[in-house]
Amino acid sequence: MMIPSPWRADFPAIAALQRQDQTYLDNAATTQKPQALLDALAHYYANGAANVHRAQHLPGAHATQAFEDSRSKAAHWLNAGDCGQIIFTHGATSALNLLAYGLEHLFNPGDEIVISALEHHANLLPWQQLAHRRDLKLVILPLDTDGLIDLDAAASLIGPQTRLLAVSQLSNVLGAWQPLPALLTMAKAHSAMTVVDGAQGVVHGRHDVQALGCDFYVFSSHKLYGPDGLGVLFGRHEVLKQLRHWQFGGEMVLDADYQHARFRPAPLGFEAGTPPISSVIGLGATLDYLAGLDQDAVSAHEAALHDYLLKGLEARNGIRLLGKPQLALASFVVEGVHNADLAHLLTEQGIAVRAGHHCAMPLLKSFELAGAIRVSLALYNDSEDLERFFEALDQALELLR
Amino acid sequence: MTLPADAVKALETFQAAAGWEQRARLLMQWGDRLPVLSDVDKIEANRVHGCESQVWLVGSLQDGHWQFAASSDARLIRGLVALLLARVNGLSAVELQQVDLPEWFNQLGLSRQLSPSRSNGLNAVLQRMRSLSDM
Repeated sequence: MMIPSPWRADFPAIAALQRQDQTYLDNAATTQKPQALLDALAHYYANGAANVHRAQHLPGAHATQAFEDSRSKAAHWLNAGDCGQIIFTHGATSALNLLAYGLEHLFNPGDEIVISALEHHANLLPWQQLAHRRDLKLVILPLDTDGLIDLDAAASLIGPQTRLLAVSQLSNVLGAWQPLPALLTMAKAHSAMTVVDGAQGVVHGRHDVQALGCDFYVFSSHKLYGPDGLGVLFGRHEVLKQLRHWQFGGEMVLDADYQHARFRPAPLGFEAGTPPISSVIGLGATLDYLAGLDQDAVSAHEAALHDYLLKGLEARNGIRLLGKPQLALASFVVEGVHNADLAHLLTEQGIAVRAGHHCAMPLLKSFELAGAIRVSLALYNDSEDLERFFEALDQALELLR
Repeated sequence: MTLPADAVKALETFQAAAGWEQRARLLMQWGDRLPVLSDVDKIEANRVHGCESQVWLVGSLQDGHWQFAASSDARLIRGLVALLLARVNGLSAVELQQVDLPEWFNQLGLSRQLSPSRSNGLNAVLQRMRSLSDM
């Protein structure tokens, strides 16, 4: 069965990669970009770059308008409505660090921060280090055998000491939706703040932060077919008021003298210095492009490809999947074969997949693995990409076994 | 500088190899022939960090000549390490400082294994070898 992607031609890099005999299946790391984004970047730079929120002049007004339009588009993408604001950061990692520093004053020794066993280092290390700074307890929610956060365990671990819950919506290793509604309900029952790491989740389907009811939602532009160097932080108004300023510099200030300063509220108060203007404008173009697609068709395509991937892996001997992937990606190891060897031979054959610990070392250690191979899909992939991967996999395994 | 005998053999074999498959087979053969590193040497202090696999490297000057030994739990990196040892073992300290190791892998048709984005660890092994021999 062929599964063509009707959106493949919208991403010029895919054809370019194909000319270099490369099959790109590392989309959970970063994605290729639609022509609409390339056009927006070229337009911005070719028609007059300017700094935002500062100048009276016309180029500055145009840039600021486009910049703020992107903010609205990002808010709309998450259905933020009037409940909160979008803050632009330099990446999802920056957004999570902003939270871990900006909320620090709300924690007292002995308070608990709850994360899960599957967190990416970006949603582990900022909280781990905050826990060290403030003498807090970092509580790790365990997973069940399918790779989902264990809700029974969560019910006993999320309690009156819990001040904040920070969990990933979709694991970058296990490819499974996490039971966010139940977890967020537990956290809110104890008046804990809630942070959702949507870095992977935001790429698949549409998400509604009002329906989710989280306090913060974080994602990175480059995984959502947007430019890199840009993170998006949604925060609800009530909690944003409690967020302290973290990085200081240009344009985030209301009034400054040599010894004191007063700062702007969100969003500008958290966007110190010149923001990644072209990336923000580019993300707006990407969101326009994505909003123009038939989301049901995209989801159906991704589901069909994922099914194709799983069936192909299951048809081969000795392959062990990590968890029970539902969508987007599959991580696996092969019995008796070192993942570094397999990665080496897939690379030799032009297959771009990821090998290693996927920035989730503790999770890999819990599987008693040093690494795994991850195949991750995007809307422009098709079944031929997967066929090339399977051929290369068979060749590699034949050599190695 | 004359090449060690093992290096001459490596050069002949790899330069005759056609295509990635044959190179991979040869790498695995060279890796399989690498002398076993004793377990007492497989300790944290001898581990080369920055590799996807576990790699250990030890080296000492014996009568003015370097002797390195290494191992890895992955086969292809073990082969790459074997090719490295083929080039450097037996060299004097001065000769080791002069040898152009990236060029060595280039001559073998394996220069891509040293590109900065490769996390196979060959770069890390070269760095460790330099720091061992600079002491």
